[in-house]
Formats: sequence, structure tokens, C-alpha cells
Amino acid sequence: MSLLDAIALPFLQRALVAGVLIAVATGLLGVFVVQRRLSFLGDGLAHAAFGGMGIGAFVIVATGLVGSGLALLRDPIWIAVPFSLLAAYGIYALRRRTDLSSDTAIGISFAVTVALGVMFFSLIPPDTNLGVSLMDLLFGSILGVRAVDLLIIALVTALALAVTARHWGRMAYATFDDELARADGVDTARLELVLYLLAAVVIAVSAVVVGVILMAAYLVIPAATARLLARTLAQMTALTVVLGVAATVAGLAASFLLDVPSGSTIVLVQAVIFGVAATARRRGPEPLRSS
Amino acid sequence: MRTGSQTGATQEPAPAARPGRGRHRGDARPAGDLPALHFHGVTVRFTEATVLEDVTFDLPRGRFLAIVGPNGGGKSTLLKVALGLVRPLAGHAALFGDRAGAHPERVGYVPQLKTFDRTFPATALELVTTGLRGSWPARIGRSEREKGLAALDRVGAASLADRQLARLSGGELQRAFLARALVRRPELVLLDEPATGVDFLVEHDLYDLLEAYREETAATGTPATVVMITHDMAAARFHADSVLVINRRLAAFGPPEEVLESDRLREAFGHRFHEHPVAP
Repeated sequence: MSLLDAIALPFLQRALVAGVLIAVATGLLGVFVVQRRLSFLGDGLAHAAFGGMGIGAFVIVATGLVGSGLALLRDPIWIAVPFSLLAAYGIYALRRRTDLSSDTAIGISFAVTVALGVMFFSLIPPDTNLGVSLMDLLFGSILGVRAVDLLIIALVTALALAVTARHWGRMAYATFDDELARADGVDTARLELVLYLLAAVVIAVSAVVVGVILMAAYLVIPAATARLLARTLAQMTALTVVLGVAATVAGLAASFLLDVPSGSTIVLVQAVIFGVAATARRRGPEPLRSS
Repeated sequence: MRTGSQTGATQEPAPAARPGRGRHRGDARPAGDLPALHFHGVTVRFTEATVLEDVTFDLPRGRFLAIVGPNGGGKSTLLKVALGLVRPLAGHAALFGDRAGAHPERVGYVPQLKTFDRTFPATALELVTTGLRGSWPARIGRSEREKGLAALDRVGAASLADRQLARLSGGELQRAFLARALVRRPELVLLDEPATGVDFLVEHDLYDLLEAYREETAATGTPATVVMITHDMAAARFHADSVLVINRRLAAFGPPEEVLESDRLREAFGHRFHEHPVAP
């Protein structure tokens, strides 16, 4: 079957649309994640999603919702998202109220949520059909995207676009210099919380598709590539989205042609693009001259 | 160097305001009589360390105040209280009679250059535009571009408009940050160690630019008030008409010829200052 024939297949179309939407949402976030040196946040919140899915799966089985006629209620995502929001708020609160650095706060959350996920998944009878397997959750299942998954991803991407459009200028200012922005009346603490909570929702929904293990790549690699090429943050934002979408489309096509896992192929394409950009980039900023 | 309107009789600081004064507590004084900076009993504590203790002073409008003191003495914290970035544990601070931080548009702030993130992709014109908008520009409109270029031109940096901040030297960055602070025509300019990391000639340009701005604003009324943290006693003596010495507590506040004499400074800094011999 040729690639053109394959595109006519509904599951591949859903995978393509889901991948593009996830590239847009994670790209918008990734700009701030990279510039704020929060690259570990993607891993932290993806593992929080894993913990949330474990708790959600256990709750669904224990309460009998696994037999519900409503697809969404059978899906642990409706518990994973609030749990991820809680984890994101916990990271934010630890950072703001203690002397702990971002990576320490994220590391604590990472460890606790993974432990919870492992514990609760172990309590579920192995033959229970939840519609999502542990392997798919860890490594992604973009080809297994259902119509209801696509709807959720579309809604979350729309949320990411709306929040970014509303807050981009102030969030960018706070990212450049927190103190300068606060001196101009920007509520940088509130914006940081908005960023963390939005990241939690986007990552929780995306991790089920692209995999917990590879989630951080979607946040970091396209933005890091754009950073090498862009002169302004606005350029970096636009370029991140374009590069993320391009890598997703190219990765899906390559995985089909080579018959290899889609999620990892997309990440490898992202990495190749990064390598080309890093090699082709003009020499970096000259050392500071003495004034 | 003091502006023409400031020379003449010894500059005495205004008496510290009585408790409860300040427009935010129902002050009926005309707006023009309110001090540019009013600190009353300001105490700031970070975890277990008291950084500022019972600091009280009034700075009249139009003055050039140099803030000096030992490292860790609370100079930057004092500036941050004035900006509304740090809330005092006790006491209060006001700018032109309003709560500190209430009107950021009246203040131009030049932070220490070492706090700036050099990896951030940005041009000098974008930085200046934040002074107009209070947020980062995704796109700069024509009117903003004209104002931004005029501000950069005023500080001799028009050619830097489209250059990346990461590629600017210390002196060029300082000009860009100064342009950003002045683009909104502030009544109060706050500078945190602006001479750090720049050589003598650039530092000399900085004082010229500040004096030029003060003269420009004096032509339409009261000159802008400047408050600058500095370690350069000679610059403070020559350019400022008031000096404030801070080492957690306010050690001295008054004209430089009174404040910057050896014994007062030794008391504040805890050691003697080397005095370079002046050629006959």
C-alpha cells in the first residue's frame, strides 16, 4: 500500500490530525519551557499523567464505570487531567513557597506520581480492558487515536491557543526578566501558575498519544531548534509550531514507509532537524566586548 | 553635575514626613508638594535576615539622589521597595503620594545588567517597546517604532535598534535599558548600579544622558527625579545633589559635601576609605 492510499485510512487521518494538533499545543508551551529552563517540566508532568492514569484506571474499575456506556467515563483521562493539574500546582507551590529550585520540585513530583501510578496500576486485574495499555501509555499509541481522543485533543489545543493569545505578551515579558515585568505591574506569579496548569492539561492529554517517555521531546526539541534560528521570541514561537508540525507529518510518513513505531520516529525526525539547524547555524553571539 | 535649577544654597533634604502622611492616606497637599519618594519606618526582612530597618526619608521632586553603602546593606532592596516589588514588614513607601508600585508608568527603571538573560532572542527595539507597552511585543507598530527609535537616538543608540541583545556590549546594553526606561518620559528614574561592567567613558556618557534628560524635563516644569545606586563616591559627589548612605539602617542623608566625609562613611561602611591625594 502506498502512502497516498494509506492517508485515506481513517485511523491514519486521525493520527495525522492528532499529531499536528499536539505539535501546535506543545509548541506554544515549549517556547516558554525552553526559555525558562524548565525542560524537566515536560518529564515531570508526563509522569504525573501516568500517575493520574493509574489512579483513574483503578477508580474506573473499582466503581464499575469500566462497564459504562459512555466512552469518556471509561477513559482514565478524566481523572488523569485533574490529577496532573494538582501535581502542577504542587510544583508551583513548592517553587514559590520554599527555596527549592524548579528541578528539585519537579523531581519530587516526578517520583511521587510515578510511584502512585505503579501502585494503582498493579491493583487492577490484568485482564481488565480499559482501552489503553501500560505499554501504549509509556511509549505512545498515535495510530490508536479514537474519535473521542481527537475531540479532547482538539479542545485542549484550542484552549492552548486561546490562553497563549491572551497572555503571550506578558508571559514573554516575565520570561525575559521577572523583576522588570513585575515593576511594570505584570502579575508574574499568576502567569507562572497559568503556564504550569496549561502545561499539565496539554501534557496529560498528549502523553496518552505520544507516550509518557517521549512527551518531553515534543516540548523541548522543536523549541530548542527554533531558538537556534530565530531572532525574536515571536519568530521562535511561530517556528516552533512549524517545525513541530513538519516533524510530525514527516515522522508519521517515515514510520509508515519503514514500518517502525510512529512516536519514536517523530522524535527522531525532530532530532535530525535540530542537528541540521545546529550545524547550519551561524557562529553564536560574540563574547562580550569590554564596553 | 547639578542642573542650573539645583545650584546655589546648600541642598537640605526635606524633613521626614510625619507618620500617616502621604496621599494614599488622605493627604490634602497639592500634588506638586508631594515628595518623589517617601519612606516611613520601612523595615524589610528576608527569612531570618533584616535587610532594611526603620528607614525614613523624603526625597523632594527634581533631585538627583545617589544611594551608597556596603554590599548587602540594602541598597537594591530599598529600590525594590520603591518599585513595589518588595513589601515592607513594617512602614510604608510612596511615590508622588501614591503607594509604591501603583503607577509604574511614572517610573523608569534600569536594573543591574547582570540579571538580564542573554539567551533570550530579542532586539534592542523590542526591549525599548516594553517600556511603552508593559508587555513584550509580538509585532511593533509604526508609532511604537518611531517612539522607540527616538528613545534610542536620545541615548546615542539608534544604530542598535535591530541588533540582538545578546550581541551588544555592556555599554550598548546599558544604553538600550536606559532608552527603555526613558521612552515613557518618567518623572522618576531609578538605576541600580548602572556603571557596573562598563568603562569610564561609558559611565561618563551615562551621567551626561541623565543630566540631558533632567534638563529636558526641567524645561517643561520640574526636572525628573533620579535615584541611582552607585559605588563611585566621586561620581556621587560631583553629580548628585543628595546622598543617602544605607547599611540596613539609614546612616546619613543630605548634601554630598556633608555626607561623603570620611568619618560618616567609615561609620557606615565599617572601614576607612582610601583618599587619593589631589595634585596641588
